[in-house]
Amino acid sequence: MPDLKNLTRRPEFAAFVGTLFVFIFFGYFGWPTFTTPLVIAGWLNVAAELGLIALPVSLVMIAGHLDLSVGSILAAGAMTYAIITGHFGLPDFIGLPAGLAVGTFFGYLNGLIVTKTKLSSFIVTLSMLFGLRGLVFGVTRLTTSTVLVSVKVSETVRNTLGGRIYWMGERTTFENAIILWVIMAIVVSWILYQTKYGNWIFALGGDETSARAAGVRVNRLTIALFMGSGFGSALLGITQVALFGSAQVSAGQSYVFYSIIAVVVGGVLLTGGYGSPIGVIFGTMTFAIVSQGIYSTGWDSDWSSLILGLLLLVAVLSNNTFRRLALSAGDKIETKTPEAKSTTSKAPAELKVK
Amino acid sequence: MTEKRTPYIGVENVSKVFGGYAALNDVSLEIHQGEVLCLLGDNGAGKSTLIKVLSGFHEPTSGTIRVEGREHLLKRPSDAADLGISTVHQFGGTFPLMSLERSFFVGREPTKGWGPFKVFDRKTAGEIVVREMQAMGITRVTDGSRLVGSLSGGERQVSAIARAVYFGAKVMILDEPTAALGVKEAAHVLRIIMQARNRGLAVVLVTHNVTHAMTVGDHFAILIRGRKADDFHKGERTREEITDLMAGGEAMAELEAELAELSGAGKRTGD
Repeated sequence: MPDLKNLTRRPEFAAFVGTLFVFIFFGYFGWPTFTTPLVIAGWLNVAAELGLIALPVSLVMIAGHLDLSVGSILAAGAMTYAIITGHFGLPDFIGLPAGLAVGTFFGYLNGLIVTKTKLSSFIVTLSMLFGLRGLVFGVTRLTTSTVLVSVKVSETVRNTLGGRIYWMGERTTFENAIILWVIMAIVVSWILYQTKYGNWIFALGGDETSARAAGVRVNRLTIALFMGSGFGSALLGITQVALFGSAQVSAGQSYVFYSIIAVVVGGVLLTGGYGSPIGVIFGTMTFAIVSQGIYSTGWDSDWSSLILGLLLLVAVLSNNTFRRLALSAGDKIETKTPEAKSTTSKAPAELKVK
Repeated sequence: MTEKRTPYIGVENVSKVFGGYAALNDVSLEIHQGEVLCLLGDNGAGKSTLIKVLSGFHEPTSGTIRVEGREHLLKRPSDAADLGISTVHQFGGTFPLMSLERSFFVGREPTKGWGPFKVFDRKTAGEIVVREMQAMGITRVTDGSRLVGSLSGGERQVSAIARAVYFGAKVMILDEPTAALGVKEAAHVLRIIMQARNRGLAVVLVTHNVTHAMTVGDHFAILIRGRKADDFHKGERTREEITDLMAGGEAMAELEAELAELSGAGKRTGD
């Protein structure tokens, strides 16, 4: 039923083309190493880790907000987990929920401040990024007198969050984060496409006043979305601790921009109201392929930033084009009621006579 | 016009003060079902404030609002919505990048399924929106997944009205529904307004356009600088009087005198 023309109008189409393009690009220049499992695992792992943040952030952005605080929330979640299990030696069932709760709490704080003060989320989460980074530094130094806390990760956590996937009795190079990413993708897509809250998110991003007037609980929704991105950030933080066996106060800062790049390359409108999680998955993969694929080409890895920068620009431009296409949907049946026809077709007809 | 019946909404001595400035000053109004009340006035006269008070965006500083004779506090838009007061904003107040089936049901999504697995029933939503739009004469809408932004201004306005009617609005507040529309489209919107009125809805129509107001209005209220300057029924004022009042009465007379002076004596032709 959905013909090709409709397919191109889907919000994730441009993102898909982008992923395909970089895949072919690096497949060509990185041949033959690019298609080895090691390299595929390399970029898929990066995509999965970034995806844990980018997916919930995409919901925040579709709702018309930004979350720049993910970097510090990641560190806060990671540090909480590391200090509790590593420094104090308490069990995982305290450390894990605590780490996730801290991340979710700071997300809640973001949402609360945004809805109460009506300040732009850009400023609020930027303050959070810096403020929380200071807090994490301070608290970590006070309790552990270092800035790096090592953790002896338990077997259970290594087999679920951190660590690598077991396959046919062997440890592969693919991280468990990939499984988390898939779960996150399903949850986020389900919320956006299947529940009424998805509808609220689009409405909030489209026009807050109208959404409020239509009965959307704007404040609660906004807070919930920031809690989601806080949770995702903390989850990645803990996953990385489990993977590397230590937490660093300065961890995660690069994810602030990485997540925005992945989401925007994934076709989400920066001002909100439009986008799709499937697109964001492609955007995340595009980002990962460019940043990791460069290693299989033999070029200097500096070039990946240049490609990413250009890609971001091209993505935004092509997203605009595809959005226009989507808005013009149904041109083919424009030959309808005589009413609209007579008002619209008059001017061009007169022009033609001239 | 039966003067004694209780209005659906009674606005009684409502004032709204913003930082020392009275945007609304002691305004009283009656809004009846099956009538179109045209709210007229220049920019800044308080029309928007009044409709925001009615739709629950602003709480009045003083005065009361009665709905079906009972006093109500409209603290938030949902309070007004619960009383059947629906506001249609300029340009349809809709979401251009959402599909019709989604935007039509924002805040009131039909769901199916159970408990935490309750899902938004997009199929039903699509069927309803197509049916309602067709019923309002927008026959080219055959697919609910169409983006709202691909509709014309008039079609969007109609979709917003269709939404209000579908959800059982008792009072429909329309903010400049015909602004920026072509002649044919404006006529279509006005026709829809008349249909809604004939169904027994109370319609509050904010407009700058005297012709449109006179075409559909049963009852007119004119606001000047936050005060109600006049309140009359169809046929009680001439077109010239209304135009004059809308432009602020005296101010217009002054302006005309000034213009007459500038363009030389005796050149003042009829308005």
